[in-house]
Amino acid sequence: MSLLEVKKVSHSYGSSRSFWRPSNDAQVLSDVSLSIDQGTCMGLLGTSGAGKSTLGKVILGLEKPQQGEVIFQGQNLYKMDSKTRRGIRRDLQVVFQDSYSSVNPRLTAEKIIGEPLENYEKLSPAEQQRTVANLLEMVGLTAADMKKVPRQFSGGQLQRISIARAIALKPKMIVLDESVSSLDMVNQMNILNLLNELKSVYGLSYLFITHDIRAAYSVSDSLAVLEKGKIIEVCNDKNDIFTSQQPVVKNLVASILPEHPRNRTLSAGKSRA
Amino acid sequence: MEKQRNVLQMSGLNVTVKSQQGMVPLVQNLQLELKPGKILGLVGESGSGKTITSMAILQLLNQKAMRVEGSIQLHGRELIGLKEKEMRSIRGKDIGFIMQNPMNAFTPVYTIGSQFVETIRIHTGLTKKQAIALAVDSLEKMNLQEPAEIMNMYPFQLSGGMLQRVMIAISMCLRPSIVIADEPTTALDVATQLQVLRELDRLRTECGTAILLISHDLGVISELADEVAVMQKGRIVEQADVYRLFDYPQHDYTKKLLQARPVLPAHEELSKLVI
Repeated sequence: MSLLEVKKVSHSYGSSRSFWRPSNDAQVLSDVSLSIDQGTCMGLLGTSGAGKSTLGKVILGLEKPQQGEVIFQGQNLYKMDSKTRRGIRRDLQVVFQDSYSSVNPRLTAEKIIGEPLENYEKLSPAEQQRTVANLLEMVGLTAADMKKVPRQFSGGQLQRISIARAIALKPKMIVLDESVSSLDMVNQMNILNLLNELKSVYGLSYLFITHDIRAAYSVSDSLAVLEKGKIIEVCNDKNDIFTSQQPVVKNLVASILPEHPRNRTLSAGKSRA
Repeated sequence: MEKQRNVLQMSGLNVTVKSQQGMVPLVQNLQLELKPGKILGLVGESGSGKTITSMAILQLLNQKAMRVEGSIQLHGRELIGLKEKEMRSIRGKDIGFIMQNPMNAFTPVYTIGSQFVETIRIHTGLTKKQAIALAVDSLEKMNLQEPAEIMNMYPFQLSGGMLQRVMIAISMCLRPSIVIADEPTTALDVATQLQVLRELDRLRTECGTAILLISHDLGVISELADEVAVMQKGRIVEQADVYRLFDYPQHDYTKKLLQARPVLPAHEELSKLVI
């Protein structure tokens, strides 16, 4: 049985409708179905405005879909009492794109990472401090960083803190919404390596939302492509993405930037090769 | 041999900032030159001084908090120490600037057209009618649909990719001899990214503009640059032809950067698969 199942989810955003005013809702998701197994990573690709982030929110339980259901560990996410939901919260975590706005600027790193622990685990202060120190080391920072506040960290470091916070409760699944897109390439690589390591050690599952095929390819097992609210391609083997016949997917693959100048597509520089 | 001369020549550039710990160096002993029609890529991780360098060229650094020393010559004319009024006539006319975030580069309360026409009329003696014609013409060249309508729109009505193309249109319509592109595609999605890079490529082939392309993405560099300078902690640690740099990196830091590229199946295989 898969860990997460999204069944025929449709959702739209729009203004309030009334009898004499036809609704002009924007359909963001239509009939989206996908499933993610324990210990695997699915990459969700798509251009801006395709509905990727909305699907992420629906999966996290933050945006109730108008139709369809989300099943996490065999339970419907939108039809459960608050007590069960509290338990599910623990197993389902999120890391957003903008690390600066997803942490409280007044708290120290220790408080930021300790917050989920305070809510779910009853640890003594000393124990909690040790756990936080361990988590910091796991993401490549040091225990000395505990007393720093967000503005003393770089974007890459702060993103690691967000990841440390997400893994603090040993969740089953993390939704990564463009989590590495704003980082430089060395930082990106470090975080992707860390994610891969956590996946193999703890059997974590990810939904990796991005527009960058290169990043998605390096962490995902399977790939799905979203276009105008519809899943237009699901590749259970990520290599299938390169042979897809869908024009949108072909266009995405064609815009991958070359790894080496000899493979460049532009005319002016190519003549020298 | 006037054409062979460098458009921009930087030598011994030092930028230091005053802080509580004394003078902190941001950029140290920088040598760079831009040649007409060539693209120089400047790579390095965040905080290595790439943007400071571009701001120093434009003389946009805070004079009170920072000290800029050395020499920056545009067509043999020294820019450092130039009066603000003279610098203003250079910015936008001789040196175009494309910023990372197109959303913040425009004033939200004026239409695209009025911001476009303002730039043109400050630097040239064109009438309003002529300026509008030139603006519409350059928007059209940027593959933007219905340029006349875009002129009447406000920045928030356009997508990020469209705005970035408008910004390139503004910076190239006066045919500057240099364009500084500071992370021009970082905020854009992959499909739009390629379009913007294509426009930059056209700019240098059609107008012979020298481009300083700042990016942390080696994909962008390998697609567009002719020569690459690698920056680390305010210094240039390696500078080479783009092919040489990718094949025979010398400095440890360059090797590390090259290793950080995400791995995809070999490109030759890939092109077989797609075709």
